[in-house]
Amino acid sequence: MGIEYQNIFTSIQAVGPACMGVPLPENDSPRTGRQPWFNHLLGRFGNAQIGPIHLSGLALASIITGTLSINIMGFNMLASVNWDPIQFIRQLPWLALEPPPPAYGLKLPPLNQGGWWLIAGFLLTLSILLWWTHLYRRARALGMGTHVPWAFAAAIWLFLVLGFIRPVLMGSWGEAVPFGIFPHLDWTAAFSIRYGNLFYNPFHALSIVFLYGSTLLFAMHGATILAVSRFGGERELEQIVDRGTASERAALFWRWTMGFNATMESIHRWAWWFAVLCPLAGGIGILLTGTVVDNWYLWAVKHHVAPMYPAVWPPVIDPATLQGIKP
Amino acid sequence: MTSFRYRAFGAAALACGLLAGCERPPVDTVQQGFRGTGMVEVYNPRTLAAQQALNTPPVPTPAASDDGPRASEVYKNVKVLGDLSVAQFTRLMVAMTTWVSPEQGCGYCHNLQNLADDSSYAKVVARRMLQMNQHVNSGWKQHVGVTGVTCYTCHRGHPVPQQVWFTPPEPQRNDWAFSLGDDAGQNRPARNIGLASLPYDPYTPFLLAGDSIRVIGKTALPTGNRHSIKEAEWTYALMMHFSKSLGVNCTYCHNTRSFASWEGPPQRVNAWYGIRMVRDLNGNYLEPLTKVFPRDHLGPEGDVAKIGCSTCHQGAYKPLWGARMLPDYPALAVPLKTAAPAAPAPASAVAAAAQTAARRGCGGTDGRRPGCGKRRRRPRGARSGRGHARDACGAVNRCRRPRHGGRARPVPPRPHRPRRRGAGHDRPRRRPADAGPDAQGQPLGLRGPLGQGRPQSRPREEAGVRRSRRPRGGRRG
Repeated sequence: MGIEYQNIFTSIQAVGPACMGVPLPENDSPRTGRQPWFNHLLGRFGNAQIGPIHLSGLALASIITGTLSINIMGFNMLASVNWDPIQFIRQLPWLALEPPPPAYGLKLPPLNQGGWWLIAGFLLTLSILLWWTHLYRRARALGMGTHVPWAFAAAIWLFLVLGFIRPVLMGSWGEAVPFGIFPHLDWTAAFSIRYGNLFYNPFHALSIVFLYGSTLLFAMHGATILAVSRFGGERELEQIVDRGTASERAALFWRWTMGFNATMESIHRWAWWFAVLCPLAGGIGILLTGTVVDNWYLWAVKHHVAPMYPAVWPPVIDPATLQGIKP
Repeated sequence: MTSFRYRAFGAAALACGLLAGCERPPVDTVQQGFRGTGMVEVYNPRTLAAQQALNTPPVPTPAASDDGPRASEVYKNVKVLGDLSVAQFTRLMVAMTTWVSPEQGCGYCHNLQNLADDSSYAKVVARRMLQMNQHVNSGWKQHVGVTGVTCYTCHRGHPVPQQVWFTPPEPQRNDWAFSLGDDAGQNRPARNIGLASLPYDPYTPFLLAGDSIRVIGKTALPTGNRHSIKEAEWTYALMMHFSKSLGVNCTYCHNTRSFASWEGPPQRVNAWYGIRMVRDLNGNYLEPLTKVFPRDHLGPEGDVAKIGCSTCHQGAYKPLWGARMLPDYPALAVPLKTAAPAAPAPASAVAAAAQTAARRGCGGTDGRRPGCGKRRRRPRGARSGRGHARDACGAVNRCRRPRHGGRARPVPPRPHRPRRRGAGHDRPRRRPADAGPDAQGQPLGLRGPLGQGRPQSRPREEAGVRRSRRPRGGRRG
């Protein structure tokens, strides 16, 4: 087994005439963009052919609203560092466009008190929904299933729960997530702290199962296919229709090691469901937090989910509950 | 093969680059809870070794005799330590010099021609700090225990303790309707909060004012806990200050699985008293000294340097790793019998005392009567201006934190109407273009190396003008 099979990049690029794909339905708009071109470097990671792209009105509207939204975020961040471009780059991970203070509830705040956040959030949501429609229509135009748009919809569900549905149910835009790199992570930690440790949220747990499960499945599948690529295993679709030696070896490998194997087709169903269920379950967990459950730790204690441990420390009393405590 | 070698080299370089941000192992872990629950303390022996010098107390001088005349009989103007013998008094003065101003000497506080002269602000401050020291050791045993504190606990050879805080300035804002860039008091790389994007001034609401720190609900299902996620971020920032100041993990005080639970390390009780102690000292000892200090010793907002956890702890779980200096200097343990009544700090002391009393009674420094949480029940007219709510009893609430939790049905935002100065308000409003009922999210400013380039402070002259409009010490006078 030589080093030639431990390829990190696609090592053989077959270059031919550009592939324009299947014929489109009669009433569909033609593909846009210029003649496809080839890039060897990109071919090392994927297909060397770039284009054609399809820029429908929906896609264009999505790009415009998305760009507007990102610009609103970016200019607010830039203004927060006194319009200093160097500090903007230096501090970019810390900067954010914050949602309105909680005191505003669901009312419209001044622009600089979360109003920009509302506008940016609205435009971003619009952009994402338009892009979903674009994906759906393109999948249909090609006669494909709509698995990709529905997988995307699962992510949109989580996005909408975080930024729209839950804040509305809670009656405060301030409950929503800031637009920023570190700030949204700190928001996540604060969210867990405020609601008594999200670790005890069963939907959060389920979401993590699917998240880690996705990575596991991805690793197993990717590794299997790469491992049989010397037998032509990367031509998965052909192997689905006409099982070859690559598929047989891969299947036998997993039956040997764990007694069961997914098929060339079903492994992708596994992957799709794991990936889709991660944001679906997570969104449910977020949605229940604060609206239905206020303290997940106490909820877990109440339902005997949280185990009890032997007392290790001497019992202490919350000093705030003592009488005559100063001050 | 050559290309493979290049790839391997590249991968190794990448791994080294990624690991450069990590602490070098091994670290020591100390289990302090039930096995498998993550209740451990993590110590890096190399970090501890670097802190060795900082946490080694100076060798005490030999004890002085209690015989002979009292200091107050021999020296003039001895108000706090007059009950000591002359030998004890002199010994303590020498010790204070080595603790506080080893390079500057006695002249840092004293007029060397006339040691009794009170004209130096440093002497007035030092006297008050002696009283504070005695107050801490006698009145806050729940926090300092029998170990106690001395001047050295904070000063460590520096005239001004190295880890103090000021309220950061609010950034300049224009009144332009489309203004942008509000950072909500957070999202700057500040070292005091562990370089997180949490609120960078957790001190003013929690360690000066007595805002409620607790945000977590007490029941499994919602029963009216309206603290918001943004409030949780402020609490989180304060806790980061704790962690950084003491060099410990969250688990030093908290049970990992429920921060609110008191089924955890008993140190949390100690920390609870520590918060109250710091509030007491900031409000009753340091703030009243504001007018005593020269302008260039004050912060950008004209406020006095105040203390936090790090002022004493300086990265150690116990200051000086628990070394006991106090038994060698018993004069610092309790107020002496013949000491003059407290509060030599002029002018502002009365006002500040009134303010702290009001805050204590109404604003709630006990964590149970949060000044910030009462807003909903507060009548509309009882607001003193942007961002500074008043309690029902009139205590100024300096909280800039967001209030209102979840299902907020707050006082609706009102359009800004210009109001005449002094129309029933002892604090002029600070920002003209602030329209929100709570006016939180006012950026405060940042100290620290990474904060450069941000709107930290405006020039002294301008700040001075602002301060004169808004006197801090005598705002009730």
